[in-house]
Amino acid sequence: MKPPVIVLRAAGSNCDVETGRAFELAGGAPELVHINRLFSGEKHLGDYAVLAIPGGFTYGDDIAAGKVLAAEITSRLQDQLAAFLDKGGLVIGICNGFQVLVKTGFLPGIEGVPATLTHNDSQRFEARWVHLRVERSCCLWTRRIAGELITLPVAHGEGKFMARDEDAFSRIRENSQIVFAYVAPGGGEAVYPQDPNGSTGHVAGICDPGGRVLGLMPHPERFVEKYQHPRMSRGEGAEAWGLKIIRGGIEVALDL
Amino acid sequence: MAWYRVEVAITPGLADAEGAAAAADLASAGAAGVADCRVVRIFNVSGDISRRQAESLAADLLADKVVDVWSIDRPVLSEEGSVPLEIARHPGVMDPAAQSIRRGAAALGIALDDVWTGKRYLVASGAAPDSLMAAARRVLLNEVIEFLSVDRIPPERPHPGGYEFSLVAVPLLRMTPDEMVGTSRRMVLSLNPAEMGVIQEYFRTLGRDPTNVELETLAQTWSEHCVHKTLKGIINYKGRTIDNLLKSTIARATAEINAPWCLSVFVDNAGVIEFDEGNGVCFKVETHNHPSAIEPYGGAGTGIGGVIRDILGTGLGARPIANTDVFCFGRPDSSYDDVPRGALHPERVMKGVVAGVRDYGNRMGIPTVNGAVCFDERYTGNPLVYCGTLGIIPRWAVAKQARPGDIIVVVGGRTGRDGIHGATFSSVELSEESETVSSGAVQIGNAIEEKRMMDCLLVARDEKLYSAVTDCGAGGLSSAVGEMGEHVGAEVHLEKVPLKYAGLSYTEIWISEAQERMVLAVPPDRLDRLLAVFAAEDVEATPIGSFTGDGMLRLFYRDDRVAELDMDFMHNGLPRLHREASPPQVILRSHPSVIDDSASVGRALVAVLSELNVAGKQWIIRQYDHEVQAGTLLKPLAGVNDDGPSDGAVMRPVPGRNLGVALAVGINPLYGDLSPYQMAANAVDEAVRNAVACGADPERIAILDNFAWGNTDDPCQLGALVEASQACYDVATVYRTPFISGKDSLHNEFESEGGRISIPYTLLISAVGIVENLDFITSMDLKKPGSILYLVGDTRPELSAGHYLKVLGRQGDPAGVPSVRPLDGVKTFAAVASAIRQDLVLACHDLSEGGLAVAAAEMAFAGMIGAVIDVSPLTEKSLRPEEALFSETPSRFLVEVAPGQCPAFESVLRNHGAPAFPVGRSVPGGVFTLVDGDDVLAEEKLEVIKAAWMSPLDY
Repeated sequence: MKPPVIVLRAAGSNCDVETGRAFELAGGAPELVHINRLFSGEKHLGDYAVLAIPGGFTYGDDIAAGKVLAAEITSRLQDQLAAFLDKGGLVIGICNGFQVLVKTGFLPGIEGVPATLTHNDSQRFEARWVHLRVERSCCLWTRRIAGELITLPVAHGEGKFMARDEDAFSRIRENSQIVFAYVAPGGGEAVYPQDPNGSTGHVAGICDPGGRVLGLMPHPERFVEKYQHPRMSRGEGAEAWGLKIIRGGIEVALDL
Repeated sequence: MAWYRVEVAITPGLADAEGAAAAADLASAGAAGVADCRVVRIFNVSGDISRRQAESLAADLLADKVVDVWSIDRPVLSEEGSVPLEIARHPGVMDPAAQSIRRGAAALGIALDDVWTGKRYLVASGAAPDSLMAAARRVLLNEVIEFLSVDRIPPERPHPGGYEFSLVAVPLLRMTPDEMVGTSRRMVLSLNPAEMGVIQEYFRTLGRDPTNVELETLAQTWSEHCVHKTLKGIINYKGRTIDNLLKSTIARATAEINAPWCLSVFVDNAGVIEFDEGNGVCFKVETHNHPSAIEPYGGAGTGIGGVIRDILGTGLGARPIANTDVFCFGRPDSSYDDVPRGALHPERVMKGVVAGVRDYGNRMGIPTVNGAVCFDERYTGNPLVYCGTLGIIPRWAVAKQARPGDIIVVVGGRTGRDGIHGATFSSVELSEESETVSSGAVQIGNAIEEKRMMDCLLVARDEKLYSAVTDCGAGGLSSAVGEMGEHVGAEVHLEKVPLKYAGLSYTEIWISEAQERMVLAVPPDRLDRLLAVFAAEDVEATPIGSFTGDGMLRLFYRDDRVAELDMDFMHNGLPRLHREASPPQVILRSHPSVIDDSASVGRALVAVLSELNVAGKQWIIRQYDHEVQAGTLLKPLAGVNDDGPSDGAVMRPVPGRNLGVALAVGINPLYGDLSPYQMAANAVDEAVRNAVACGADPERIAILDNFAWGNTDDPCQLGALVEASQACYDVATVYRTPFISGKDSLHNEFESEGGRISIPYTLLISAVGIVENLDFITSMDLKKPGSILYLVGDTRPELSAGHYLKVLGRQGDPAGVPSVRPLDGVKTFAAVASAIRQDLVLACHDLSEGGLAVAAAEMAFAGMIGAVIDVSPLTEKSLRPEEALFSETPSRFLVEVAPGQCPAFESVLRNHGAPAFPVGRSVPGGVFTLVDGDDVLAEEKLEVIKAAWMSPLDY
């Protein structure tokens, strides 16, 4: 059976359709669900194996990116989500979804270690393809591609990852929770704009200590086939890295 | 009820990038000694809430737990040694954050009664507050919508008062013609004496005076913006009478071409062409010039928001899949002294417009994929902002018709005083006073409101819950209901329209241009389901009346009838305009020279690459999310480092399907100074050749026209419009590229103490073409060393009004303006397309501004592969080297072909009768070389020419 995937929509979600399609290509059974239907009880997280919070500008990113949706999840879906995770459910937050997961505290998911995603150092929205190293981490989504150098597009204005202080960042790193880092082509240390936002440790994505909850600023759903690669006409893009990440989650869900 | 003022700021010690940017802006605007700036975000909230709840709101919602500090009713940062500048919106101006804050607070269990936001800049500076405030007015705020205070602005804001109904009649029947003109001006109706006369006659037969809302309705319906009365009027030119210029040129071309793949042309919000067996694609481009001149951010944002609604309102609604943007600005490096009084500085306009398109387009989740930017000082007081949207629509949804008995439902945002008189204001030239007299015409958008409405609308469409839809754009409900009810009649109860705040009169409700609203015609048996679809996602949908079947427009406010007009008179009563046109004169221009005649070819190349019209636009492009929806295949930037200028974009509207849509533009305002005819012909040619270069099928390309002109009461300006329209017909009929939609914007001039400044004659042509196979997508970057570079198409000595002469400070002779030869061009396009389809082309780039030299340089640095260009095949035909390199002759391409494919490529070109000249090859290493036989003309490192191209607009 195809693992059921809930792609959570709210006012201003805008990568929901392509995220659903990516899960479909990866072998999941996606369903796009507006958050009001979870609030009303018409839909329940417990009926799904994977929760995807897609990119967008939920509630306009007014106040700060992802903040209002995070407040709604914290106040109205906390118990449902905790139960979903206890049962082994998988979560991916992409771009705005990552911002939501960080602002709810589900990421990094360590008591007393708050982190945030804040304004890019350039102080503006940036859309570009980046090079990433898939770190050897505890993340279940990326088990098969750990150590690889991959490319994906980013498009965000608030993607600078920061922990409260050095100690907090060290704990995240020592827990092997750093999943993706911006690198120069070939894997060297990234400088702007290779690191588009100035994140601490060039972090582009992290997971929770259990490895089931993944959040990342780059958009895997935008690279699920070669035609989407910017250098397709130069013969690049044979490996659709975004699809591999999504498929990684589906494979774990199939083992549930 | 208590008010609290919450202040939030980045923690001292952490970098405040927004503050740093503000400090730099203030310094650039003339404030001396600005050392630093910190930004305090202000949230004023009220409600039946305790202090503890306010603290929870600040800690858990408004402030970030890692980077922010907050306070309530006291300063959050020490303000010692800094000058505070506090900025807030005028009461009643849309505050998009308010709705989200309310929602977030509700999640915390806190019900807010009112909320409004502001910013406080703490500027560390030795400058006097007066000089800081003057600089702030230049760069930090726009007084049309905001105000500045050095004191804390008190949080309490009174609620606006109620509205007491009284019916206002205008005593038209006894007015003299002069008095009627005065009334038209006073009410900003923009109706001319003949039109006022016809209206007086209409009411005389009814035996009563009109109400104010009846006059307003006619003014909206008859505005230049809505009916294009100049283009559709009667024009005498060179001894002949042109009855409806639009019909006799643009629409005539479409009718003669009669392409079977055109599904809907000129009748709807957008033109629709066939995409596949189940779907069409529709495309519309609009301008939003005057609002953008006054408030660049809000004007441009609502420009893109408006054209998106055009697409949502095409047929029964299309799904938007791409946006385009084309801007014309004054020079951003102008000194403040060169900016006429009453106009904003061009850099301010540019940054505001880009931010407006960025924030609206990105939030809508529609990729902004293609565009152009032109600079000329005549755009300083009257910039041009063109926004376009491409949509995909099921073929069953292309047609619509409101039926008698259908309920009129307004969906989306609420109605406020925003944008009153936008439609009639766009027909008035801008002046020093525009800022004050027309500030009501400025709208502020709220993209998330539109996004929510769009999501629900498309669900309702697929459930077939309504029989017609249109957007509320210029003219608001007046235009929307008037248009939908033209053939049936309508009745509206204005008090039912949901309002943002109390106090609006019935006229204001009817003509408000508040954003993010659409109107539906809903069969009564579908109404409940329709309302449920919108309610499910918290979008307001409100029945406000019905379509009747008696051909009358009737408006009520509670029990009073406030208007009763004949739809036939509204739509067909407008008297035709009669205008005299005379041949346009050459407009002589001088430019400051960047180089002189003794400059080497290498220096000339660098100067042309740095010319603002040529230079890289990556600073703009990167701020747009050009890949959301995951369907942008050919992206606006291409090459080994994703930084070369693509000729257009290719979208994939249906995921998984091997079929694409190319978007491209053509625009050459400088040519119009010498020849309006060739300006227009070149725009058509450029749009089509860009689409072909990307891989589009030249037999499946449709085009859109957007004229932006000065004052067409001037016979020469009108003559130029006639010439340009004729060129559109002449070229489009040969290329067999039908016009499917268009929009004109007249009265683009700025009046100040120095006199009237008219914009250059500006025609934007936008092309949409089908790419039959995604493997035909061709990018412009050189792919490998050792390839042969072919120049396709003939080159003539056409440097006039081009960019090479411009950097020399000259304009050139009218005889030398680039001229389109459509019978040659059509062969070239077919040949290049055929070579692409046979997989003989590695890279293809169109030749435009700066000619061969610029195109070759761009291909080389985009691929980071060297090139040697030898112009001797051209100089042997008696062209001088600089003509060979920089001539802007249209209908040309530079094509990279692998050596083994050359015989096949040459044979394809020959079979189509298109000339191709091998003018060079790609080479290993990082050097770009121009030679004429044995003479080396220039030798430059790729890094050098790339930097020359990238740096001028890299903010």
